[in-house]
Amino acid sequence: MTGLRREDVAHVAKLARLSMSEAELDKFTEQLGQVLDHASDMNALDLEGVIPTAHPFGLINVVRDDERRASLDHDVVIAMAPDAEDGRFAVPRILGEAP
Amino acid sequence: MKSVRQTALDVQNGDASALSVLEESLAHIRARNDELHVFLYVDEEGARAAASAVDERVARGENVGILAGVPVALKDNLCQTNIPTTCSSKILEGWRAPYSATVVDRLLLAGAVPVGKTNLDEFAMGSSTENSAFGPTKNPLDTTRVPGGSSGGSAAAVAAEMTPLALGSDTGGSIRQPAALCGLVGVKPTYGLVSRYGLIAFASSLDQIGPLTKTVTDAAMALEVLAGHDPLDSTSLPEPSPSLVAHVDDGVAGKRVGVVRDLIDGADDDVVAAVERAVEVLKEAGATIVELSVPEFRLGLSAYYLIAPAEASSNLARFDGVRYGLRVNAADVTAMMEATRTAGFGDEVKRRIMLGTYALSAGYYDAFYGQALKVRTLTIDAFRRAYQEVDLLLGATTPSVAFEFGSKTADPMAMYLSDVFTIPSNLSGEPAISIPFGTGEAGLPIGVQLLGPGRSEAQLFAGARVLEIADGRP
Repeated sequence: MTGLRREDVAHVAKLARLSMSEAELDKFTEQLGQVLDHASDMNALDLEGVIPTAHPFGLINVVRDDERRASLDHDVVIAMAPDAEDGRFAVPRILGEAP
Repeated sequence: MKSVRQTALDVQNGDASALSVLEESLAHIRARNDELHVFLYVDEEGARAAASAVDERVARGENVGILAGVPVALKDNLCQTNIPTTCSSKILEGWRAPYSATVVDRLLLAGAVPVGKTNLDEFAMGSSTENSAFGPTKNPLDTTRVPGGSSGGSAAAVAAEMTPLALGSDTGGSIRQPAALCGLVGVKPTYGLVSRYGLIAFASSLDQIGPLTKTVTDAAMALEVLAGHDPLDSTSLPEPSPSLVAHVDDGVAGKRVGVVRDLIDGADDDVVAAVERAVEVLKEAGATIVELSVPEFRLGLSAYYLIAPAEASSNLARFDGVRYGLRVNAADVTAMMEATRTAGFGDEVKRRIMLGTYALSAGYYDAFYGQALKVRTLTIDAFRRAYQEVDLLLGATTPSVAFEFGSKTADPMAMYLSDVFTIPSNLSGEPAISIPFGTGEAGLPIGVQLLGPGRSEAQLFAGARVLEIADGRP
């Protein structure tokens, strides 16, 4: 057993910017616990010295010449925003009284 | 609908107009889309304009491309300029893409006619389309059953004769599994062969775009068009597009085929029997059969269900209610992001984001994500060893034929386990093809899978073609 606790799920939800009802916390704790339990078969392996693979063919930096080229039109991009002001993305207050 | 090959020939030769082909496609969509829920959006106007442009080029005697006049369905995680693109998620409902995916541009250049966007499991996370925020797609062959997923809408479009070609994306089997469940050919190309530019990312190191068609030749034609280097995707392979159609009838004489127990055991009896018949067919066609055991493939599922969610949790962080898509207002920016994401994502997406966030979080990174990356190495090494002995591998695509709605939704782990045979190829970045081969329970189609080393697509198509002929589709 991986011992995933309800408070771990609540913490992870907060990190992922998701809010959970009490009932959802119960459900997700059980369901995520099952997946992690299944994954614990990997813990039985001796993986000492095995090099991790993050990408199938090994990424190398890809560079291009540093020159201007066409990109999306500013107005098109701003028109997609849920809220905009003076050609900029608008968001609710970022700074305020401490919670 | 006629095949991709026949449609293109008819249009190139002036025996049919692209517009008349399109009208047939649209009529089929109108006839069954309400019942099956295949397309989320049909772009009649844009499709007519594209078809007319093809017809004008034919009239002027110009070269119209190898997919001339072929209607094509696009999975709704592929961007097309000014067309709604939702990923079947409420968080993108109403959003119109400001640019087109490279594959869409390539299709248009080859004369194909994009007709609309198909349903999927939200953000391509699922195996049945039951995770779509807009409701599931029904399997056209049996409407009480799922079409598979996540590219279930694309598979249903071809199976229901709405279009002869559809594009899907495959992160853990999302092209091959619905192809198997709907009786189609489905290809997961070598990672990097097809540009991912304009594919909304799920797990970037695993995602690949590929075709779903009724025939092997059709799939080869489509992949020739889709493949090729793209400077807009930094993981795109530098080599030019391979020659595929020319090799479809190469056969398997002299090839060594590895029959992998770990890609068969645990499947239903009807599926196992189909794979065994496929072995006999390949043997009669001159292949040498080698029995192989590759236990690492089983571990692949565990690694996948940590790696894919980890990458997804990072990729989906961009949906924060600031630049596009849904916003649910709240007093401050953090509360707004939380309210937006909570309202915009469905349960499966939340599960994967949380799983990934957990696997990457302080204290658990080494035990889960780090361990999974090492198991990925073991899987790749196992493939490499197998390909020292054989040229290609054979197994089942799925453990069962199409299952009934609701049969796995209460138990996410049961749904995940249905991907066990398709996942290894995504972890290794190597190609695999699912080919319909016989029928099983309730007369439903069974898919068998051929796997090969990187850039061995031509060999996979040749093997698939042998099975296709033996299955009565000459």
